[in-house]
Amino acid sequence: MKFIDEYRDAAAAKQLARQIARLATRPWNLMEVCGGQTHAILKFGLDELLPPQLALIHGPGCPVCVTPVEIIDKALEIAARPEVIFTSFGDMLRVPGSRQDLLSVKARGGDVRIVYSPLDALKLAVQNPEKEVVFFGVGFETTAPATAMAVFQAARQGVKNFSILVSHVLVPPAIEAVLSSADNRVHGFLAAGHVCAVMGCEEYHPLAAKYRVPIVVTGFEPVDILQGILLCVTQLAEGRAEVENQYSRAVRREGNPAAQKLIREVFRVVSRKWRGLGEIPNSGLGLRESYAAYDAEQKFGVAGLVVEESSECRSGEVLQGKLKPYDCPAFGTRCTPEHPLGATMVSSEGACAAYYRYRRTPVPPAS
Amino acid sequence: MCLAVPGKIISIQGEDPLSRIGKIDFGGVLKEASLAYVPEAEVGDYVIVHVGFALNRVDEAEAQKVFEYLREMDQLAELDEAVKPGPASGETPPAVR
Ligand code: SF4
Repeated sequence: MKFIDEYRDAAAAKQLARQIARLATRPWNLMEVCGGQTHAILKFGLDELLPPQLALIHGPGCPVCVTPVEIIDKALEIAARPEVIFTSFGDMLRVPGSRQDLLSVKARGGDVRIVYSPLDALKLAVQNPEKEVVFFGVGFETTAPATAMAVFQAARQGVKNFSILVSHVLVPPAIEAVLSSADNRVHGFLAAGHVCAVMGCEEYHPLAAKYRVPIVVTGFEPVDILQGILLCVTQLAEGRAEVENQYSRAVRREGNPAAQKLIREVFRVVSRKWRGLGEIPNSGLGLRESYAAYDAEQKFGVAGLVVEESSECRSGEVLQGKLKPYDCPAFGTRCTPEHPLGATMVSSEGACAAYYRYRRTPVPPAS
Repeated sequence: MCLAVPGKIISIQGEDPLSRIGKIDFGGVLKEASLAYVPEAEVGDYVIVHVGFALNRVDEAEAQKVFEYLREMDQLAELDEAVKPGPASGETPPAVR
């Protein structure tokens, strides 16, 4: 297919890897902040093409994985109500709350349905006027325009039996949380291409300048990721700390103004808890007052629920790159994709799930 | 879940920019997507689609740049005989000349 296969070319990947090896003269850690990139890195074995002094740290780049237990518990409570059709992307169904997951609510008779798009959830609301249809709005800036449009259309069409459990999060505040942590070990970032397709690159300039780190907006195919790494390493070798755009075929500097406009119309920036990272100021989106009628937390009175994270799952450390999944004592034993203890084992973009599938043991030290 | 994939618009329904729907061809698999965020998109364009929405048009000229870059690297490599087989992982990479 066009714009896919050509970016999986093995010869091009090897050429890029050779160049990276020539430039990576010091031990550097790069963090990719997108679960799609994490998945591709392990699937295509890109980490194995890199010289040993260059480490890839898998950041908090999977929205499913960073959704806190608290919101899952709110989802479970809403989904169990008899009048509710609870809709969600498929990845959220197995994410454990403090006691169960959406799938077990469904098994006990809850009407939980997987949708492909938030607009499908809105359609369900129109088709089922006697029901309350709730959509679980998770995701980064990539997904927020879709949720925003569903809310906007619901308001425009006067659909009243529709609401959103909003758990949208923003990438730049998470990057800043990683960079400002006292034991930060990250020297450069691969920023998530599709987040930037919506938001553009401007937000990253202050971060690159303040923390003196290269930030390279990067795509998702092997050649994209390796070129992103090469650009990042080139900057490090030359002592530069700039924002660069490897993924210019889909990312313009200003992003997508139409999508940003609708995000601003429907949402405002709020503080959010991240699983494993705690509360990060101004790191998420919540509905504006003018759209409060579509806020499921208010509609179902669950806004006050507070839940602590379980202690066994170490995903907080995994998401900050402090622990590799196979170093978690539960990895592959008490915690597997069939019986996940944490969200990072559920989503195919979660680091634990990707390691479980492609990399059960550490990459052997190169001889 | 942030997965977004490129596909080609093969037809467009509707006039209202907020509710234009495109039929998108993903390598033979057809799906519909909202074109609300790509008002400039036309039949024949490639768009990046995520959860039912086209997020951006794929810029063909920019798409070529990755390969131009690779070709330039090839030419540089030819000039630089130090890049024979490429360093096996684990070896100290050769210094940049
Ligand atoms: S392996 Fe399971 S328990 Fe361990 S960090 Fe990953 S998700 Fe949590």
